Amino acid sequence: MRFLLAGQPNSGKSSIFNSIAGYRSATANFPKSSISYTATRALIAGREVEVVDLPGIYSLTSSDEAAGPAERYLLDEPYDLIINVVDASRLGRSLELTFQLLEFRRPMIVALNMMDEAHRRGVEIDDRALAAELGVPVVTTVSRLGRGLKQLFRDGLRHAAAAVPPVPPTYDLEVEEAIAEVATGLTSRAVVTGVPTRLVAAKLLEGDPHLSGRVLRADPEIARVVEAVGGRLESAHGWSADQVVSGSRHALAHAVEDRVVTLRPAGDGWREKADRLLLNQWTGGPIMVLILGGFFWLVFGIGRRVEAPLLDAFNWIQGSVAEQFPAGGLTATLADGLVMGLAGGVAIVLPYVIPFLIGLAILEDTGYLPRLAYILDSLMHHIGLHGKSVLPMILGYGCSVPAIMATRVLESEKDRKITAALTSFIPCSARTVVIFGLVAAFMGPLWALAIYLVNIVVIVLLGTVMASRMKGASPGLVLEIPDLSLPDVKTLIAKTWLALREFITIAWPLLIASSIILGLLEWGHGAEAVNRLLSPLTVWLLGLPAAVGMTLVFGVLRKELTLVMLVQALGTTDLATVMTTQQLLTFTLFVVFYVPCIATIAVLARQMGWRGALAISGLTVTAAIVVALAGRLLYSVFG
Amino acid sequence: MMTLDTVGVHRQARVIMIDGGHRIRSYLNTLGIHIGDWLTVVQRAPFRGPVLVEIHGSRVALGRGIATKIRVDMDGVLESLSGSTEVFGAGS
Repeated sequence: MRFLLAGQPNSGKSSIFNSIAGYRSATANFPKSSISYTATRALIAGREVEVVDLPGIYSLTSSDEAAGPAERYLLDEPYDLIINVVDASRLGRSLELTFQLLEFRRPMIVALNMMDEAHRRGVEIDDRALAAELGVPVVTTVSRLGRGLKQLFRDGLRHAAAAVPPVPPTYDLEVEEAIAEVATGLTSRAVVTGVPTRLVAAKLLEGDPHLSGRVLRADPEIARVVEAVGGRLESAHGWSADQVVSGSRHALAHAVEDRVVTLRPAGDGWREKADRLLLNQWTGGPIMVLILGGFFWLVFGIGRRVEAPLLDAFNWIQGSVAEQFPAGGLTATLADGLVMGLAGGVAIVLPYVIPFLIGLAILEDTGYLPRLAYILDSLMHHIGLHGKSVLPMILGYGCSVPAIMATRVLESEKDRKITAALTSFIPCSARTVVIFGLVAAFMGPLWALAIYLVNIVVIVLLGTVMASRMKGASPGLVLEIPDLSLPDVKTLIAKTWLALREFITIAWPLLIASSIILGLLEWGHGAEAVNRLLSPLTVWLLGLPAAVGMTLVFGVLRKELTLVMLVQALGTTDLATVMTTQQLLTFTLFVVFYVPCIATIAVLARQMGWRGALAISGLTVTAAIVVALAGRLLYSVFG
Repeated sequence: MMTLDTVGVHRQARVIMIDGGHRIRSYLNTLGIHIGDWLTVVQRAPFRGPVLVEIHGSRVALGRGIATKIRVDMDGVLESLSGSTEVFGAGS
């Protein structure tokens, strides 16, 4: 048996799924296009059931890119039950999707979720009346607390076994007639799509971008019928046919809401009061600066404190491993590479990444990130993007890998690509280590700040150029701002772990493998060759010591390694004695911009293909050379 | 007739036209914004930032670009009990 979880974003769908998947059990991510479904197997009343979590969608006819895969799944894949998760506190809007799902005429059950939230807002729902209106079973749940879920799945199982298809909703007479007319045209031309013709007819009238393309390819003639019927609706209402159909569904949803809901007055709680400050036009900005400043201060504070003892431990391990093998031998090199790779992941990345991910999960779960998108929207318009792009870009200051994965939240392909490209330019915590370790330490914190500002200027310039050169319209900011909520510890842990797993499975193995390969290169005296090979860039163009060549290669692995290797290559920790401040500045500027690390390139490739990843990497090298060269020249003139 | 971006904070308005293509319309429709719906402007971000509206119990941030495409009407607005809507909007 296979159950589908379908619902609007923020309806609590994922927490129902997680309660079944139990966080720890093997969940499989199988990506199709950019959006992935998650599936899990569970034992319900002694039967094995596969539960598939469809991406959250507001509507099946939306131009939202998540709607396409969700609709394709509903149309093409076999399943026995739709579990429609409905946000009880926003019943009217949620029912619009419910009616669309009823059109599929597959066994369905409604989880009337977030009942506690609805109660808080003074919304009381007669669930029996709702079940009667919809003609499908309704189970009340509070998925956050696990309430009602057992009942939901048990009723679902019974309902799926009975396999009673629901009756589709009845819209306005005019809309019904229009749908019937298009449906007749469809059957007479024998369009085989394997779905109810009524559903296809309604979708055609609504100009559904996913399904209508398929139908029109099979039967180009039907376009004329749709046009004629749609034209009649249009002239009768003065609105386009798609608005008439969706307007009719909207009206029906709100009519049902009115019949089953009793409203009682509810006062403003802390959420409303906090929002008044967080989103206020005068206080919103300053509070944002405080929140983000505090967030980064905490992450770096914790990271620094945890990192030092871990590095000490690894240095000790490295020393004792080296003693086990003959110095300079192949086995010693291999072992050293292995230890270095492990250390890079554990001691440098995890101390920053784990607190960052937890902090981020807190920002996410409290619902602050959408508020950030709201506050920064007008600023982002200057780069040709809009507020939503803020979400991944903020993550970029921590680690580019999860940040680039987060570009999935953007609707348009153009926004996703530009944001992913720009995010790879943002100095991640590893690059911050270099900025602090070289420029701040030897030249002062103001110079470090200047590097961050130069970086932002470059990003703004690149964003402007990319936005003007790339095709594709962006809808601008249309974002639901969910209620603020207190984060739940269990969810926080689960979220952090999920994000961390991506790092462990993608980035870490690469890090270890590359570390060993580079160790071998050193062993075979490849380093000198590499330094010679890179000397036109390092020595001639940027005026740096030849020995930095190899450190730049290491930097592709992990940006922090440039700092560690620089100390090794030059043979002193007091870099000011062997490099001029001009060289330090040029080197840091180059390191901040050139090629994102291997893990980032891998994620970029997964997100936008190898060509895109290589193009962005090439762009970063160009930017790095230009910026470093400009820094070198300007410093020799003014510095 | 005015556009949504010009509606003051705490004022109610009714959507009478969505001046845009299928894509924008379906976008707004999916968030529950349809012709004929009443909405309340909750906040307006400075520097031509987005408008935050409350509609059917949920809050939606709309960029200025989209807000200029939503034509609204303010006839039949219920006066706020705490006085004129202007005074309320000024934050008193």
